[in-house]
Amino acid sequence: MTGLEDLYREIILDHYRSPRNRGELPAPPARRVEGFNPLCGDEVVVYVQVQDGTVTDIRFAGQGCSISQSSASLMSAAVKGKTVDETRNLIRTFKAMMSVHEARLGDGPEATGSPNGSADDGADAVETDPESLGELAALQGVVKFPVRIKCATLSWNTLAQGLDEAEESTTTSEA
Amino acid sequence: MTNSDVEQRRAPTVRAEPCPTDVDFSKVKDDFPVLSRTVHGHRIVYLDSASSAQRPQCVLDAMDAYYQTTHANVHRGVYTLAEEADRLYEGARIAVGRLIGAPDPEHEVIFTKNATESINLVAATWARSHLGPGDVVLLTDMEHHANIVPWLMLAEERGIELRWIGIDEEYRLDLTELDQLLDRVKLVACTTMSNVLGTITPFARIAEAAHGAGAMVLADGAQSVPHIPTDVGELGCDFLAFSAHKMLGPTGIGVLWGRRELLEAMPPFLGGGGMIRDVRHDGFTANVLPWKFEAGTPPIAEAVGFGAAVSYLESLGLDAIRAHEVELTAYAQAVLAERFGDDLKIFGPPGTAQRGGVLSLAYRDVHPHDLAQVLDQAGVCVRAGHHCAKPLMRRLGVNATARASLYLYNDESDVDVLADAIAEAGTLFA
Repeated sequence: MTGLEDLYREIILDHYRSPRNRGELPAPPARRVEGFNPLCGDEVVVYVQVQDGTVTDIRFAGQGCSISQSSASLMSAAVKGKTVDETRNLIRTFKAMMSVHEARLGDGPEATGSPNGSADDGADAVETDPESLGELAALQGVVKFPVRIKCATLSWNTLAQGLDEAEESTTTSEA
Repeated sequence: MTNSDVEQRRAPTVRAEPCPTDVDFSKVKDDFPVLSRTVHGHRIVYLDSASSAQRPQCVLDAMDAYYQTTHANVHRGVYTLAEEADRLYEGARIAVGRLIGAPDPEHEVIFTKNATESINLVAATWARSHLGPGDVVLLTDMEHHANIVPWLMLAEERGIELRWIGIDEEYRLDLTELDQLLDRVKLVACTTMSNVLGTITPFARIAEAAHGAGAMVLADGAQSVPHIPTDVGELGCDFLAFSAHKMLGPTGIGVLWGRRELLEAMPPFLGGGGMIRDVRHDGFTANVLPWKFEAGTPPIAEAVGFGAAVSYLESLGLDAIRAHEVELTAYAQAVLAERFGDDLKIFGPPGTAQRGGVLSLAYRDVHPHDLAQVLDQAGVCVRAGHHCAKPLMRRLGVNATARASLYLYNDESDVDVLADAIAEAGTLFA
């Protein structure tokens, strides 16, 4: 079937059939964040554990289509062990890949839109080359199916929210 | 365009040519221009009419002719164009009223934006002026969000209680405790046909019991009015809501039918031009029915298109349309069962007597979103998701289903293409 192979790459189907890091983490110390796709009713729960500025562990649960589930799986594998800053950069790069519009704007709206923007939110620090995404680049074909973009970005937006919350609570407890 | 075409379009009568009256459903497809389109190299197999139906050429022509020859605002001008627009708009009201057996269509058929707005109108006027703390609105587990959220909003505002009629194992309303459920109920708001399960509810029976308990009854007819002969007297409802776009008409127009004495006593809904008789610095006097509930310039061209859609449906006959859909539903049930067996589940009543042509599917563990994506590649249009009925989906224990819904322009070949495409999805997600 023409076109579909762009969407359903082998890597995606593999992560859908055998998801990595599926499950839960005790929260606290992990952060538990829920994300919803109102379009299809899919939901994802991301558990993210941050220690000393590093994502030391991550799990995801919930129900969803092959795109949302494989994206969550690929994401979990990609960010585990990365620093929070690296993870934020990866989220931005991934979301840029998921939107021609956003890619053209660079990180502008995100940087100005984030009240907790960290020091490296500047455009120079953002990596927008999809090649740098490794396996995640398999999700690039989703852009050709605009309705499905929200499926692919669901877990990423949820993770971003979790990192923001983790940062806020750190700031609060330090204050 | 030839000169005679132009002349024709200048003619003052814009009523579309009567649509073909031959009840040969094999020709019906040809009346719908969009169905000759291809996507991804395949002809369109449109199986999403429960969401929104397509329009026949005569509806498009009627609206086009209206704009080409007639448009003016209604109820305002004395010039010829305005009078013609008036006549067409009010003519559509009568045609729509006739379709549902309204005893007094001139006064009882209110044009709204859609069924959703119709239900909101009742919630914001009748219910808000009649219901208070301790009063109960009885709903069912198979309602569309349009018939849930307005009541949740009112419950927050007024402290009324919501109660729910459940469903049984065959996806029908469970009425065993109806009498107890009706205690303190002031309004029953119930669908006539589920947009997820296809279940045709025993509405008349519910209405009778409700009236016996002193409650009013609102019918959400969005799914049944386009497919099944409707008579408000037989249904026994006090209000009936439905949308034009699910019955071959344009988007942007729907209907609230209500019993005249109820409508007369209700406060107005939206305020503005058209709905008043007099406006002073210190107050206003509302207009008479039906205009009391039609503030602002109404959807005039849409009403003209709606009228043409009703004529088209009547030319085929709602009885014939229902018979065609029953036959096609039975065919789909048989084909899907034969080809996929237990791998494919249909959420809805077995048989065809108590259901319409709405087939909510679960196929193996293929997510409905993925299934719909693969079907799209074969030109098959189905809806995947919660169908604006999340409480029902929770009851069914699923986040989503893929829903194929049938209408008068569908035929057995459409069902065959659907089955082939489902098999493709099975291969891809093996």
